[in-house]
Amino acid sequence: MKPILTADKAVEDIKDGSSLMVAGFMGCGNAFTLVEALLKKGSAGLTLITSDTAFPAVGVGKLVAQCRVKKLYATHIGTNPISGQKMNCGEMDVTLVPQGTFNERIRAKGAGLGGVLTPTGIGTAVEEGKQKLTLEGKDYLLELPLGAQFAFIKAETCDKYGNCFLPMATKNAAVSMAMAADRVIVEAENIVEPGQMDPEKVTIPGVFVSAIVKSEIPAQNLQQK
Amino acid sequence: MDPKELKRVRLIKRIAQELPNGALVNLGIGMPTMVANYIPKDRTILLHSENGFIGLGASPEQGKEDPRLVNAGGQPVTIVPGGCFFDSAMSFAIIRGGHVDYTVLGALEVDMEGNLANYMIPGKMVPGMGGAMDLVVGAKNVIVAMEHVNKNGAPKILKKCSLPLTAKGEVDLIVTDLAFIRVTKKGLVLEEIAEDTTVEEVIKATEAPLHIAGKLGKF
Repeated sequence: MKPILTADKAVEDIKDGSSLMVAGFMGCGNAFTLVEALLKKGSAGLTLITSDTAFPAVGVGKLVAQCRVKKLYATHIGTNPISGQKMNCGEMDVTLVPQGTFNERIRAKGAGLGGVLTPTGIGTAVEEGKQKLTLEGKDYLLELPLGAQFAFIKAETCDKYGNCFLPMATKNAAVSMAMAADRVIVEAENIVEPGQMDPEKVTIPGVFVSAIVKSEIPAQNLQQK
Repeated sequence: MDPKELKRVRLIKRIAQELPNGALVNLGIGMPTMVANYIPKDRTILLHSENGFIGLGASPEQGKEDPRLVNAGGQPVTIVPGGCFFDSAMSFAIIRGGHVDYTVLGALEVDMEGNLANYMIPGKMVPGMGGAMDLVVGAKNVIVAMEHVNKNGAPKILKKCSLPLTAKGEVDLIVTDLAFIRVTKKGLVLEEIAEDTTVEEVIKATEAPLHIAGKLGKF
C-alpha cells in the first residue's frame, strides 16, 4: 500500500533547487492541486522538466510565472510569454528539446537505457555538442537519459497500490515521467481499494508510485483566451 | 471571404486533394488545421494528434468541452468513432517510426534541398520546436502549406534557408497561394500554378531556381 498524503505533506521534501517533472500537455493532465501546494510552500530555483509551460495562469505555467524555476527543459514555451521573457533576460536557463526526444530521454532513464539514438535534430541546432552515430548509412544523435528527483502525475483513478488510470489525452508524458523520477507523487480524483480497478485499465503500474494525494482542484477547460 | 482568405482556401483544398483514402495525417497548428474541412467526401482520413490520440474530430459544441480531451494547441476537441488514445512515447513512436503518412505544416522558409525552417527566429521568436522536428523527420510525406512570399513581399522559397532548420532535406511538397512545387533530387519542380497567376510571376516570387514540369497544371 502506498501512503495517502495531504498535498502539503507530499511536496514537503521539494526544496529550493530540487528537480521536478510535471506531466501534462498545455495544462491538460497537470496536477493542479500539487502545483498549488508547491507554490504555497515557496520552493524556488527548481529544475522543471515539462512538455510545455502551458499558460501563465494555468497549472505548471504558474511555476514559471511566479519565478520558481531556474532551469527548464521543455519542448514548447510559446503559449506562456513569461517563459520567453525569462529566457531572453537570462533569468531562466531553457533547454528546448524536440518532443519525441523529450519523451524518449525520460523513458530511457526510467527503462534503464543508456540513451537513445534518434534521427530527429540531425542537421539542426539540436545536434550541437552531441555525439553522432552512423548506422547502416543513416545518421542518428545520441540523446542521454533525463531523470528528476520528483514527478507530479495526475490520474483520474488510483488504487492504494498506486495503479493509475489516466483517461483520454491526459496520459501524454505521465507514463514516462512516472518511470524516471525518484519520488513519484500521484494526484488522483478517485482513490480506490485494490481490486476496484480493472487491471486491464492500468495506465501506470503502481510500482513506480511513491505517494497518493486526493485531487482538490478539478481539471478545467483550458482554452486559450 | 476576402481575396487573401480565398487564396488560402484554394491552397488548402489543393492539399486536401493530395491525401489518399485511409491516410493517417498530422496537421500543424494554424492554416494546416483547415485541411480537415476540405477532405473530398469520398475519402476517409484519420488525423493524428501528437498529444496522444488518433481520430481527432471537430470542436465540441459549446458547453460540451471535456478538459481531458484537447488538441496539440490546448483547445477542446472531440475524438471520432474508431479513434484511440495513447501516451506520448507511443505517439512519437508512431511519428518517428514512419507510421504517419502525411504531415502538413507551415514554414518561415523552405529551400531547394527540401530544408525547412519553421520553429524560430533567433532573438525574436523562440517558442520551441514542440513536435515539429520529429514530425518532419518521421512522416512519410511532408507538405508545406504557406504564403508564397512573406509580409514584406520577399520570397520564402530560397536557394538556402537562412533561419535555423527544423529538419534537413525532408520536405516533399510545397503548396502556396501561387504554386504547387515538388522537391526532387534535381531541385524544385513547378508542377502546377494557381489559376490567377503565371509561370513568370511564380519564378519572380521564388528565389530558388524552378524546373517547369512538361505538363503544367492549374489549381
